[in-house]
Amino acid sequence: MDWVNAVIQGILVGGLYALFATGLSLIFGVMRLVNIAHGDLIVLSSFLCLAIVSGLGLHPLIVLLIVVPVMFAIGYALQRGLLNFTLGPDILPPLLVTFGLSIVIQNALLEIFSADSQKLPAGALQTASLQIVEGLAVGVFPLIVFACAIVVIAGLQFLFYRTALGSAFRATSDDPDTARLMGIDNRHIFALAMAISLAVVALAGVFLGMRTSFDPSIGPGRLIYAFEAVIIGGLGSLWGTLAGGIILGVSQIVGGKLFPGADQLAGHVVFLILLVVRPRGLFPRAVD
Amino acid sequence: MAETAQYRVATATRTSRAGLFVLLAGVVFLATTPLWGGRAEMRLVVEFCYFLALAQMWNLLAGYAGLVSVGQQAFVGLGGYALFVFSIWLGVHPLLALPLAAVAAALFAIPTALIVFRLRGAYFAIGTWVTAEVYRLSFAQVSDLGGGSGMSLPIGVIKSVAGSRAERELVVFAIGVAVAVAATGIVYWLLRSRHGLALTAIRDSEPASESLGVNNFRTKLYVYVLAASITGFIGALIYLQKFRIAPDAAFSLIDWTAYVIFIVVIGGIGRIEGPIVGTIVFFILREFLADLGSWYLMILGLVAVVVMLRAPQGIWGLLAARFDLHFFPVQRRLYRRDGSPP
Repeated sequence: MDWVNAVIQGILVGGLYALFATGLSLIFGVMRLVNIAHGDLIVLSSFLCLAIVSGLGLHPLIVLLIVVPVMFAIGYALQRGLLNFTLGPDILPPLLVTFGLSIVIQNALLEIFSADSQKLPAGALQTASLQIVEGLAVGVFPLIVFACAIVVIAGLQFLFYRTALGSAFRATSDDPDTARLMGIDNRHIFALAMAISLAVVALAGVFLGMRTSFDPSIGPGRLIYAFEAVIIGGLGSLWGTLAGGIILGVSQIVGGKLFPGADQLAGHVVFLILLVVRPRGLFPRAVD
Repeated sequence: MAETAQYRVATATRTSRAGLFVLLAGVVFLATTPLWGGRAEMRLVVEFCYFLALAQMWNLLAGYAGLVSVGQQAFVGLGGYALFVFSIWLGVHPLLALPLAAVAAALFAIPTALIVFRLRGAYFAIGTWVTAEVYRLSFAQVSDLGGGSGMSLPIGVIKSVAGSRAERELVVFAIGVAVAVAATGIVYWLLRSRHGLALTAIRDSEPASESLGVNNFRTKLYVYVLAASITGFIGALIYLQKFRIAPDAAFSLIDWTAYVIFIVVIGGIGRIEGPIVGTIVFFILREFLADLGSWYLMILGLVAVVVMLRAPQGIWGLLAARFDLHFFPVQRRLYRRDGSPP
């Protein structure tokens, strides 16, 4: 029963990893941009929520109503005011600018909030669990996170394939020049993609802060999990990202059970093995 | 009479000959530190030298081979740990352990490359980072190497470098200066060779270079392994100076890759002079701003972002374009034999 428990926990953690990863996957799909600051933006959302929670005394889940729109706006402004100028045939500018941004965010958080470990108060949700059978219980909060991941991915899938905005995203992704000839403002489309990406990041950041403790230095680690989930799932596939997150989550928790203290390492090793065996991921979509 | 006879191809320019003297003066200035400076100055120069050498290697990868690695700390750490393993476990003389560390780093670089080369562009960058994390976490698991808290070089090993502390510091200093000069020289030599032409072709267009008969994969692999082995040597040297190693510090992204990236970007990526200028700027900034703690890194990050956006060719790129400076001429230029411009 211990092992079943570990696998279930791994699957549920995978939901959180999928939330880390969808934002990264989305902007790569639309504009071939890999945002090295992605993990630090997740942690920024956690701290933003923490500041509001401690200021207003609200529950973190209610504060989501503030954090998500704020991160959406930051995403739009960041893309419009900075990252749009880095896009082009050369991959170095976006990579190095987001790398610089990552260092700036990390140290700004360190300066404002110090290196202390923080946690968002989840209240009764922290310990609530559902008994499935004797000896097997599942936490309510991890279930909520997992369900949110499914809803977010289904929503993005709908947005991409059933709406006019989705067509614009796919058109700019396929051929930015022709998309512009058809009257699409690429700068605006890219900014909207980044805004949506950071809205998902906000959700992920708040859930992360409610689940575990966090500090300004953990951003790069979250970026790596997000990246691994994207690559395992296959570039450009949103549902693949969920599968990638689950595989990563299960590898970490089962690996940590087999070799105590080696949970992160187990996740990385499974990722590298999958990269060798299936370099294009489980459900590849995009060609790049 | 063939038309071509009126032309000749040359790489040297007047400024490149003048630049050679400036560089020689710089090397002499650094190499004579023990004559005019104390222990603190010598330490600073060694640090300057290994950052310069690391920057040359990263610039070779990112600026010429199109391999933007965010995982070079993997090889600094491997080199450092190789020094400890060879000198403590196998009883090798620490100075002999330095080249062995370079070999070890190269041996690790080959399988690493075969995995990360499956990823392109920015994903390659994060892939190298993951492998560096794997090395860091793996070394943290080895309890014979002190696990997560690390270990120190035993006194006996330290004493075997040289009898007195002053002599040991002199030895480390000499190797440090040599490695900076050698790293710069190797990059220069490589770029002037036919491999350099292949690298430049790859940087400009991968499909075009492949169609002209360049084996892109093999060229990139060679460069990656070469950079890894020199980075491993530098790593061993760094820990021969520090005496104490721990996984988090040895595989630190900030210390061994982020600083190096900022150095190269600020100095000028894709130019041999870039890392030199960048390292000088980096040390000047550090001298004035290091007390500011996390503000220092914020400022460094912002400067790099602004440089990348406003002057992607870096400080040296701006100077070179303004004054036609080429201290390390790798560009082949066409001249008329009678001296008039082509």
